[in-house]
Amino acid sequence: MSHADSHADSHAEPLGFWNRYIWSQDHKVIAIQYSVTAIAVGLVALVLSNLMRLQIGFPGAFEFIDAASYYQYVTMHGMIMVIYLLTALFLGGFGNYLIPLMLGARDMVFPYLNMLSYWVYLLAVVVLMASFFVPGGPSGAGWTLYPPQSILPGTPGTDGGIVLMLVSLVIFIVAATMGGLNYVTTVLQARARGMTLMRMPLTVWGIFVASILALLAFPALFVSGVMMLFDKLLGTSFFMPAIVSMGQQLDHAGGSPVLFQHLFWFFGHPEVYIVALPAFGIISDLISTHARKNIFGYRMMVWAIVGIGGLSFVVWAHHMYVSGMNPYFGYFFATTTLIIAVPTAIKVYNWVLTLWRGDIHLNVPMLFAIGFISTFVIGGLTGLFLGNVSVDIPLSDTYFVVAHFHMVMGVSPILAIFGGIYHWYPKVTGRMLDDTLGKLHFWVTFLGTYAIYFPMHYLGFLGMPRRYYAYEGYEFIPASAQDLNAFITVAALVVGVTQLVFLFNLGWSAFRGKPAGSNPWGATTLEWQTPQTPPAHGNWGATLPEVHRWAYDYSVPGAARDFIPQNVPQDGDAEGDDGQVWEGHA
Amino acid sequence: MSFLDAIAAKPWLPQAAPPPRAGTATAAATVGLRVFLGVISALFGLLTIALLVRSRLPDWQALVGVPGAPLVGLGALWLNTALLAASSVALQAASSAARREHLGAARLALALGGILALAFLGGQGAVWQQFMTSGHFVASNPATSFFYLLTGLHGLHLAGGLVALARATMHAWGEDTVPQLRAGASLCALYWHFLFAVWLLVFALLASPPETLATLADICGIG
Repeated sequence: MSHADSHADSHAEPLGFWNRYIWSQDHKVIAIQYSVTAIAVGLVALVLSNLMRLQIGFPGAFEFIDAASYYQYVTMHGMIMVIYLLTALFLGGFGNYLIPLMLGARDMVFPYLNMLSYWVYLLAVVVLMASFFVPGGPSGAGWTLYPPQSILPGTPGTDGGIVLMLVSLVIFIVAATMGGLNYVTTVLQARARGMTLMRMPLTVWGIFVASILALLAFPALFVSGVMMLFDKLLGTSFFMPAIVSMGQQLDHAGGSPVLFQHLFWFFGHPEVYIVALPAFGIISDLISTHARKNIFGYRMMVWAIVGIGGLSFVVWAHHMYVSGMNPYFGYFFATTTLIIAVPTAIKVYNWVLTLWRGDIHLNVPMLFAIGFISTFVIGGLTGLFLGNVSVDIPLSDTYFVVAHFHMVMGVSPILAIFGGIYHWYPKVTGRMLDDTLGKLHFWVTFLGTYAIYFPMHYLGFLGMPRRYYAYEGYEFIPASAQDLNAFITVAALVVGVTQLVFLFNLGWSAFRGKPAGSNPWGATTLEWQTPQTPPAHGNWGATLPEVHRWAYDYSVPGAARDFIPQNVPQDGDAEGDDGQVWEGHA
Repeated sequence: MSFLDAIAAKPWLPQAAPPPRAGTATAAATVGLRVFLGVISALFGLLTIALLVRSRLPDWQALVGVPGAPLVGLGALWLNTALLAASSVALQAASSAARREHLGAARLALALGGILALAFLGGQGAVWQQFMTSGHFVASNPATSFFYLLTGLHGLHLAGGLVALARATMHAWGEDTVPQLRAGASLCALYWHFLFAVWLLVFALLASPPETLATLADICGIG
């Protein structure tokens, strides 16, 4: 709080084009840089997933998709989506844009570090993309990169691909650490006067706790990545057991592949919540704003975010029931996994109770928010199946798992991202996204993803294994499964193409969209109260905002309008910055 | 107000905005550094667990306490430990001299701390050299792999700190103001103390005989 003024003199600085848009230290520009890069690389991953689906739906119809390239698509699709799209977009994109604006700060506390974080992230993306162009192509080890197969001949991309993948991950972790230090310190140090922790919007809470998780979980990926690079390049045996490969006894001996899995999932499970917690926060704010009601159970929502963050570090081995680890571990990890359902369920109940008898505006952000709830509930419930050891063992490595994690970790966060973009785009650009195109985008994406993933649950029950290039000749898979696979592929192609509508909308509306004004949704939080839209460098003009109330004063009894911004004083006929009278607060 | 008190507040009840924080607030850079130390703790904590897990597998040959072990005497490592401890003490002295506005003393102590830290890195390099001349390379045995990995990562962190220390020292010899010098010196001192503690952990792990590692692994539940 005391540092809120530290950049007070920087808001009027004239800057040239390069310093303003390229080597920018402004959190809003960095947020856009992060978002554009993440979406661009996400499109690559989307195309890869459609190529995969072409092979599964119409096996052999496309000659350029051989087994090796199929595995490379699987690997790169997974890694890009989880790390380079979702993590980067939620923390680097939404986190960068919203934390200072929602807290009433002029910028992040370390603007230079923030800029560095983006450029290092871009370097990580470039290194990863370079693996498409090295001999042997990118890694085809599956996104979990389990040794020994990930670095041995026979797996695609074990020449340069896997090395570039690991180097890129290490670089990404450096970038994420620089970003995370900024987000956490800004939340702790740069809040406007009156912005107590419990007056923060839930979006900031979600991003804050997710940043802490990222800071503590990414070191596990760093350690496993560096140790695997040692195994690959220097011939050590951290993870590599004694092994005969292609008829040759290798020099490796005695390493523990399960140790890699423990390290990987010690990162990998919190990663689920690094993505989910910001989504939870965004959805909470979208639902409250567009239902014109205060969020139900704000304190419970905060405690649930913190509780889920803590629990996410003690569930990792539920990814490893079939790994050959000590079977007794399963009891512990199944128990913690089921416990984490409690705070998660609290959040779902609270969203539904916020909607209950609310003044629901079914605009595009709200559609995505409601779509998120149902998708997350479905994906979460199948998580309860898989969290039980005895149910997981037969379902492990089938399409049931693919369906589960795509619903909970793929579709849900992406719906939250879309909802968030439709919600905040008017602040970023000063113009509204086109409503009709937005509704088209929502309905095709929402129904389309259900058409993709619902049938996969059934295929999983049939026992159809994941990560197979072709499914001919397996007696337990009925021929009709192939029809279902063709149907899923068509749905995936339709959903994929529909994203072009979204991209067109993003570009077109930036210039031709309806002017938004400063607060088109009638929202209470500070980012909608900036003197300019889009906010200028320094965000707040000459004086910083003061916060007098929590973030959810919607439909307050006796108030003149159905929302009271956070910077409106409590007493009597208080006036906002625009001269608007807000009337008394009961 | 503790974090637990803070999150027990009921924000929907009307209340006047709290007054600005009394007294001197912690600088953002200090908070940022503390958070970063948390990240480094996670990193070395995970490496420790990895080492303990790996040490339970049959091909592990401890660096000490067995015939032919590469760490015959710990003298060189003790000398390096003393250098890093002295470097840490020098930076603490720089920090307190800066607080008492003894500019000259602060400058000298900063420079001395840097030189001692460089000497530590040189000493670690000499131990690497000694390992390699006696035929203990990175892939020779998992214990030596961990030796290179842990000392290397620790050294990299110290080298990163040296960049910050070099900047602080140059500013101190330039025309920097006292508050900036004070902040720089105290941040460097905090980071150095922490890396010294990390080094003690790394040293203890590397110099432990197999029985000690086995006991530690048992305590951690690694069978």
